[in-house]
Amino acid sequence: MKDTLILAIESSCDETAASVVKNGRTILSNVISSQIELHKLYGGVVPEIASRKHIEKINQVIEQALDDANVTLDDLDAIGVTYGPGLVGALLVGVAEAKAIAYAKKLPLVGVHHIEGHVSANYIEHPDLEPPFLCLIVSGGHTHLVIVKDYGEFEILGRTRDDAAGEAFDKVARAIGLGYPGGPKIDRLSKEGNPEAIVFPKGKVGDCPYDFSFSGVKSAVLNYLNNAQMKGEEVNRADLAASFQKAVVDVLVEHTMQAAQDYHMNKIAIAGGVASNGSLREAMTKACAARDYKFYRPSPIFCTDNAAMIGVAAYYEYIKGTRHGWDLNAVPNLKLGER
Amino acid sequence: MKILALDSSGIVASVAIVEDNTLLAEYTVNYKKTHSQTLLPMLDEVAKMTELDLSTIDAIAVAAGPGSFTGLRIGSATAKGLALALKKPLVAVPTVEALAYNLYDTNGLICPIMDARRNQVYTGIYRFENHKLVTLEDQMAVSITDLLDKLNERGEPVTFLGDGVPVFEKTIGENLKVPHTFAPAHVNKQRAAAVAALGEIYYREGKLQSAAEHTPEYLRVSQAERERAEKQKAENGKAGMQS
Repeated sequence: MKDTLILAIESSCDETAASVVKNGRTILSNVISSQIELHKLYGGVVPEIASRKHIEKINQVIEQALDDANVTLDDLDAIGVTYGPGLVGALLVGVAEAKAIAYAKKLPLVGVHHIEGHVSANYIEHPDLEPPFLCLIVSGGHTHLVIVKDYGEFEILGRTRDDAAGEAFDKVARAIGLGYPGGPKIDRLSKEGNPEAIVFPKGKVGDCPYDFSFSGVKSAVLNYLNNAQMKGEEVNRADLAASFQKAVVDVLVEHTMQAAQDYHMNKIAIAGGVASNGSLREAMTKACAARDYKFYRPSPIFCTDNAAMIGVAAYYEYIKGTRHGWDLNAVPNLKLGER
Repeated sequence: MKILALDSSGIVASVAIVEDNTLLAEYTVNYKKTHSQTLLPMLDEVAKMTELDLSTIDAIAVAAGPGSFTGLRIGSATAKGLALALKKPLVAVPTVEALAYNLYDTNGLICPIMDARRNQVYTGIYRFENHKLVTLEDQMAVSITDLLDKLNERGEPVTFLGDGVPVFEKTIGENLKVPHTFAPAHVNKQRAAAVAALGEIYYREGKLQSAAEHTPEYLRVSQAERERAEKQKAENGKAGMQS
């Protein structure tokens, strides 16, 4: 059978990325141009700066991805592109570029949901993984617990009611002076701290057992810091980071295990930027091992925003027949499962 | 020579194909739909109508700023994608210059004004001399009062055009002391035909860019950068006073 080659483009936030994916599972190239150093100056991603950087880098990134994969545009079967959710100005650069390339080369255009991409990152290194499975998606903008019923088909069991998990990490990191991005910094500092030192509330939501809430634990950390400051007490930042991280990780794992039990799922995956958190990976590994569930997680390079995962998702959309027109627009608040 | 031109710098979206001093097709829409949804379907329509083989194009010209930041990027990303796929060069045509080119051989000064918000305009001052567009003041972001001061100083009749006209018509009427007029509907907004025609001149002058290096000219830093610079300036000022 002839190979199916897809060029994928991702520009939903602060990484300009392109990748060539073969038959939905083999990554021929994975180029990521990160802008993180630029946004550190501002303590978070500045949409206008992100958009400007995307347009400066996008052609170089695409050309590098084609070179690395040793293919030309003539070898491709389709172009995949993230069209939401994300920053609208940032998304538009990738979408306009992908449309123009597809149009000029008369190739099918496949718009991809960014989160579907994150979920699909799990297929890259796990050839045995196929739907259905349970997936916890945790990133700076998203916290979802979903059943992946089929490729591109999701049943959403739970979501965050307020802050995304990664957002809580960023805000707490800022409060204890670690700077942006908060996730990796808290993860690192936590290794030196005692996770049992301070008990923070767990983000439970009364009426829905799978929903999350992280604004409570974030506020508790901020209150703890304020109280200590008023009393003139020294705060052990490592203990604080470790205790906060434990509060978040515990609830993520508990809800996932509860859902697995309730829905009789024995394959569990994690996805999204926070899926590279060491403590979450460890806790999930243990919890799954204890219940004899198979646990899947992407390597950290595929947890961060990248185009390889978009290419994988685009492949499964492509073979299902998903095609987008030249009027494809960026949809900043695109819902999971919509196309 | 065949030039494909795009302009999505303002509220107008426009696509044109010009071949050897002949406009083959132009599609211009001034409607609220976003350029992201309209620009490529417009090109597709124009290409179908003229049975255009994209590989016969010599260059892609794009209105390269100033303008709406997002609009500029939609035009630029589309141009960059087309140029990458077709392996063609890009011609970056300054938006304000292309607007002035709409008024070919007009007597007196030509002053395009685009509403840049924050009470500013993207503008420039031009004149035709021996049938050539001459730039007297290069495109810039300035307050409307500063612009009118410049025009009063020059003391010559002016023709205005651009989407800034309805916004600042009253201010102009009250403060401009030289004779002035406003261009009519068919030439008072961005038109890709002008971008293509000017693009052809640029092309012959060798003013080409690679698709990879092209990026819009915003004439303004982002709000975050501006605020950061202001904050730093204020802090430096304070530090200076203390020492």
